[in-house]
Amino acid sequence: MWVTLLRMIRLTVNETARQFDGDPEMPLLWYLRDVLDMNGTKYSCGMGLCGSCTIHVDGTAARSCVTPMKAVAGKKVTTIEGLSANGDHPVQKAWAAINVPQCGYCQPGQIMQAAALLKSKPKPTDADIDSAMQGNLCRCGTYQRIREAITSAAGVKA
Amino acid sequence: MNRVSQVSRRGFLENVFGAGALILSSRVLPLPLAAAGSAPSWSPSVYLGLEADGTAVLVTHRSEMGTGIRSVLPMILAEELDADLAKTRIEQAIGDEKFGSQNTDGSCSIRDFYDAFREAGATARLMLERAAAAQWSVPASECKASMHQVAHSGSGRKIPFANLVAAAAKLPVPAKSDLTFKSPSEYRYIGKDLPIVDLKDMVTGKGVYGYDAKMPGMVYASIERSPVYGGKVKSFDDAQAKAVKGVQQTVLLEPFKPPHNFQALGGVAVIADTTWAAMQGRKKLQVTWDSSPHDSYESESFKQSLRDTARKPGKVVRKLGDVDKALASAAKTHEAEYYTPLLAHVAMEPPAAVAEFKDGKVVTWAPTQNPQAVQEAVAGALGIDKKAVECHVTLLGGGFGRKSKPDYVVEAALLSRKLGKPVKVVWSREEDVRFDFFHTPAAMYFKAGLDAQGKPVAMLHRSVFPTIGSTFAEGQEYGQEFELGMGLIDTPFAIPNLRAENGPAQNHVRIGWMRAVANIYHAFGLHSFIDELAHLAGKDPVEYALAAIGPARTIDFAAEGAKSWNNGQPAARFPFDTGRLRKVIEVAAERSGWATRKPGKGHAWGFAAHRSFLTYVAAIVEVKVDAAGKVTIPRMDIAVDPGMIINPDRVRAQFEGAAVFGTSVAMLGEITAKDGRIQQSNFNNYPIARLTESPRVTHVHIVPSTAPPAGVGEPGVPPVPPAIANAIFAATGKRVRDLPIRKTKLV
Repeated sequence: MWVTLLRMIRLTVNETARQFDGDPEMPLLWYLRDVLDMNGTKYSCGMGLCGSCTIHVDGTAARSCVTPMKAVAGKKVTTIEGLSANGDHPVQKAWAAINVPQCGYCQPGQIMQAAALLKSKPKPTDADIDSAMQGNLCRCGTYQRIREAITSAAGVKA
Repeated sequence: MNRVSQVSRRGFLENVFGAGALILSSRVLPLPLAAAGSAPSWSPSVYLGLEADGTAVLVTHRSEMGTGIRSVLPMILAEELDADLAKTRIEQAIGDEKFGSQNTDGSCSIRDFYDAFREAGATARLMLERAAAAQWSVPASECKASMHQVAHSGSGRKIPFANLVAAAAKLPVPAKSDLTFKSPSEYRYIGKDLPIVDLKDMVTGKGVYGYDAKMPGMVYASIERSPVYGGKVKSFDDAQAKAVKGVQQTVLLEPFKPPHNFQALGGVAVIADTTWAAMQGRKKLQVTWDSSPHDSYESESFKQSLRDTARKPGKVVRKLGDVDKALASAAKTHEAEYYTPLLAHVAMEPPAAVAEFKDGKVVTWAPTQNPQAVQEAVAGALGIDKKAVECHVTLLGGGFGRKSKPDYVVEAALLSRKLGKPVKVVWSREEDVRFDFFHTPAAMYFKAGLDAQGKPVAMLHRSVFPTIGSTFAEGQEYGQEFELGMGLIDTPFAIPNLRAENGPAQNHVRIGWMRAVANIYHAFGLHSFIDELAHLAGKDPVEYALAAIGPARTIDFAAEGAKSWNNGQPAARFPFDTGRLRKVIEVAAERSGWATRKPGKGHAWGFAAHRSFLTYVAAIVEVKVDAAGKVTIPRMDIAVDPGMIINPDRVRAQFEGAAVFGTSVAMLGEITAKDGRIQQSNFNNYPIARLTESPRVTHVHIVPSTAPPAGVGEPGVPPVPPAIANAIFAATGKRVRDLPIRKTKLV
């Protein structure tokens, strides 16, 4: 019983307390998708190369596919589903106003990354956007609209 | 997927996140076979139904992989019906031949269904007007539908559609000749930048993709497949795999019988209770493979063999005048060889599918570009009737041609039958890169004869590539008609002596369609070569190309004795009109400021223009190459004539995206094999363009047209790689003839 208690990982996901006693090496991505049934966070590479799995851990953007469960013990995780109550985060509103998504698969990760950027840099420069967003791949090629949506949400000139 | 968006459409449009917008997203769950949402009380067409409360059900039978077609095609119905979008809902169709082709491939959804959808909408509208006329005892000509109600011009009376549905359902379906269509000046939806219906779901993480689809009681499967094409399992040890927590068992899947078609590749499947456990279990499998005839496939030597073949005469597929004589007597000749490698689709969503085999039937939810191909492939693999396969289509996290091949759905169906429960097959990125239906490698040889002014008077163009035909029949070594008709036969230049030849090549991996297909290599070769000729002649490349194209004309390939595929469309309806090509070139040149550009070392512009999928596209690309040889692309101008379009914003988006896709092809993508095995595995060794590597901004200029709708999804890709290579030559003096460009030291 002590062993079980020691193995129990407690975390918060979108402000709901959760506990997990499975494999502590399992990436957070699969806990979200297969255990909590929250599919907004996507799998695309499993190696932290593409950003589709981006979530926030204690407010900082992280790649959930390479974040093992043991690393989020006691932490607050925010996923795309918890970014706003009704899709009304400024980043989400800008994304919709500019019709950014094509297939949409990478977009939750893009949005989470952009939201984290604007939290740390409310008026990002071009170089800030380049640096923050270059880790997020989009095969459909929506990059220029991503850039436009970020500058719009930030209220800076493109 | 059904009932994805029950949207208060007007509320959505006026205030995307206002309280009035109601969006229901659905967990993908199996629905009883009979129900696909509630059946509308009146279905005047397979594409359109009206419910008792007047809601218009717009059936979308094509797959959504990012083009917006799921939202856009139904707008044609809504337009001709004169519906109020707030009173419509979109329903994704399952695979069923009653819808006609559901193969969302080939840039032809609007082209092929524009007429049928107009007619469906107009038919329903006329029947509603006639029902109103009967109710009022007035002539139908005095009744006009508008925004979900019918009004009587004489008296001003109005009846909402809801109150006419029952009566309209009893009327005979009018003849086509009775139908009237709205004029463009009356359009509410066509020609407008309407947002896609899935927009809010996509920005809130509620969109349901194939990788998200679940069925109660399902298990996850991760399959270890032969690293070499055609290899078979000799033996395997699954003890360590089964020791992974969550792994339940392993299953052996039979290897495919050539030709591979859309069969499951075969291998050893690890079955587990989570994706993670299944994938971890697969990594612990120990499998020994039988040898394969393709064990020695190696890309460098294969490239050389393609090149060697391209240096020899091939099968003549187009002939004009006498090329050999003209070359012999030309003032000057120039020859060049080009090469493009194997490429992978790498859509952001790797393949996945969930299927349940039960009572002799299969129900599946899959990210497929073609649910009827799923039906056929699954039925064939299981030995059941096509109609016993119910294929629901989820959103696709990208397709680009990979997901028109349903091998991953066949895997799920086969495993479900073996296990007696629903199975979700999940592909890792590594599997997606290694087991693609690759875009084929191609070697091309060009030789031109020039007159004293440097104008081309003769051109020989040879192309050698493993054919997509090898997927469907063994021993296929020559290009299929459609491959030859993608930039080898159908070229725009008015050169009096022309010969196009195709040489043989074998496949050693699965080959398939990838966005723009054979246009990719043919356009790269042809438009790089024309640029080389322009520089040789000391002429401006745009002026040179326009002169080589000559005055506007319709090219009659048939009269020459050449069989030009023309996307399977009649030349009368979709002629090769060089005037439209000239026009997009002129527009691109004007909007990009080509004539006043000031190229210099490390900063220059390149141009290419190509017709594909019946659409005319010109690209002008600005590149910078720094002292370290790093390439950046500040700007692209893409001028497009796609015929009549429905949603300009989605058209622009496709060409913005194609600019990025083309950049990846030009600069980065290369799949190689050694000892028969694919050497790449993920985005670290198979890179695709990042935000910082893509054009900073792409301006899309749509030439207004009333010509029949042509393709939009693919034609933006082919002109981009040659335009980039041409720009790089102008900036550095380095002519890159082998892609990807990152392998060449530019400075």
